Amino acid sequence: MAEKLKCSKCDKEATVHLTQIVNNKIIKVDLCESCAQAQGVTDPEGFSLADLLTKSNVSEQSSEPNLSCPDCGLDTADFRRTGRLGCSTCFEVFAPLLRPVLEDMHVGTVHKGKVPEVAISRQSANAELETLENALARAIVEEAYEEAAEYRDKIQVLKNQSVNLEFSQS
Amino acid sequence: MIESLLSNEKAELTHNTKKGSPVVLSTRLRLARNVAGTPFPERATSAQRSDVLTKCAEQLAELGPMKRGSFFEISDLSDLEKQVLVERHLISRELCESNQGSGVFINKDQTCSVMINEEDHLRIQFLKSGFHLKNVWKQIDHFDSDLEDSLNVAYNSEFGYLTACPTNLGTGLRASVMMHLPGLVIAEQMEKVVRAVNQLGITVRGLFGEGSDATGHVFQISNQQTLGETETDIIERLGNVLKTVIDHEVNARFKCLEDIQAKLLDQIGRAYGVLRNAHVVSSNEAMNLLSLMRLAVDFEMLPESNRSDVDRFFIECQPGHIQHAAQVGIDPESRDVTRADKLREEFSTLPALDFDKVPDLS
Repeated sequence: MAEKLKCSKCDKEATVHLTQIVNNKIIKVDLCESCAQAQGVTDPEGFSLADLLTKSNVSEQSSEPNLSCPDCGLDTADFRRTGRLGCSTCFEVFAPLLRPVLEDMHVGTVHKGKVPEVAISRQSANAELETLENALARAIVEEAYEEAAEYRDKIQVLKNQSVNLEFSQS
Repeated sequence: MIESLLSNEKAELTHNTKKGSPVVLSTRLRLARNVAGTPFPERATSAQRSDVLTKCAEQLAELGPMKRGSFFEISDLSDLEKQVLVERHLISRELCESNQGSGVFINKDQTCSVMINEEDHLRIQFLKSGFHLKNVWKQIDHFDSDLEDSLNVAYNSEFGYLTACPTNLGTGLRASVMMHLPGLVIAEQMEKVVRAVNQLGITVRGLFGEGSDATGHVFQISNQQTLGETETDIIERLGNVLKTVIDHEVNARFKCLEDIQAKLLDQIGRAYGVLRNAHVVSSNEAMNLLSLMRLAVDFEMLPESNRSDVDRFFIECQPGHIQHAAQVGIDPESRDVTRADKLREEFSTLPALDFDKVPDLS
């Protein structure tokens, strides 16, 4: 007789076997009676295997690195437990764990839609401004005044541009 | 606090329902957005949450559609007021349960609402009566672009718009169409349809979203996936599936007329009688009776103009609305009496059902 399948949430014998097709990919999950109840899979309307897989205990693989977000403090266990991310930086930290989850969840794994052009160019201008201001402060401390003047001019140019940008928006 | 919203006679879902179509009640699109540099609401401190709330509310107030709109902090609303807003599909149940520092901005006609500090910093929603996916997408896209002019949104080129839950990543777009499907339910084909559309990445839910049942034969059908496709592709794919669902619904209605005409017309006739004469009607019963009246309009047994009334009562007969209109706290039993009074009064001018209009297919 074939080996009995184990529940993918606990280790009991799986009696509920689910198959769902998302984007022509077959997703299979085996669950025991009680986990199936707990996950609400008995209600075919409100249920998606993709959702279940995100929240499943894949973290039991001991090889998984314990990552932690420097900005909001979310760690691997939090991410596996809630299936959610805490801030923008989390997407850099948890990208390796997130990518496989997205494969089963969405049509593709890379964004193809709208791009917030204005916000992006403003953010990169802000980042550049910050770099230049730091460089200016350093040059002044080091009494490299010629260099400092260059930074000051560049900062002025950037600031003028952003004033124009704000003006054109209003 | 919400009186002005309720008394507005131009509110989209209750008063602008003239363009309603036989199967589709309304179209709703929402975009999930977050502000760069601040943790998502769940992991933000209360100071960060109120900072986001203040700044976003300020910037939303500047946008055209929100001129003469209303802003509410959730903590300032009573439980009943929150329930009324949920029944009008202007806020989510999740927002009602959120902590300090959440709010909602609603425009005058209630076609646009922006929830602040729900699961994401911003949940922008546009809705319109009838089946208008492309048109509503144009509106929400424009609004979103205007907002981005003054707001740094969290975005990266791989994952698109960053959202707390990976199910919303990429476009952050959930397009949802409210459909009235009595034919499929009565012909017992609904389960089959749900299964089929599920396999195409489309979700079917009840009237009030996740976990709610489909009273009044009303279902919300929406896209499940948000990443890896453009917004236009998502909308087109959903639109094509929905067109098929509409065809199936129309066929199912004709099949019912063919197979069980007497039984179906009997149900409609009895619903008509109950609505005009009953003195105790629960919310669930009201939804199912109203559903049959909508079907009667679609069968031309009632004038076209009555469809928009039915669509308004779908909302105004919800428990929160009945209780709010009563102005005093009433228990569920007297609520059922008040609801029956309202329906009797509203339907007192309804013309007689014209059973001759129904094609004889049996």
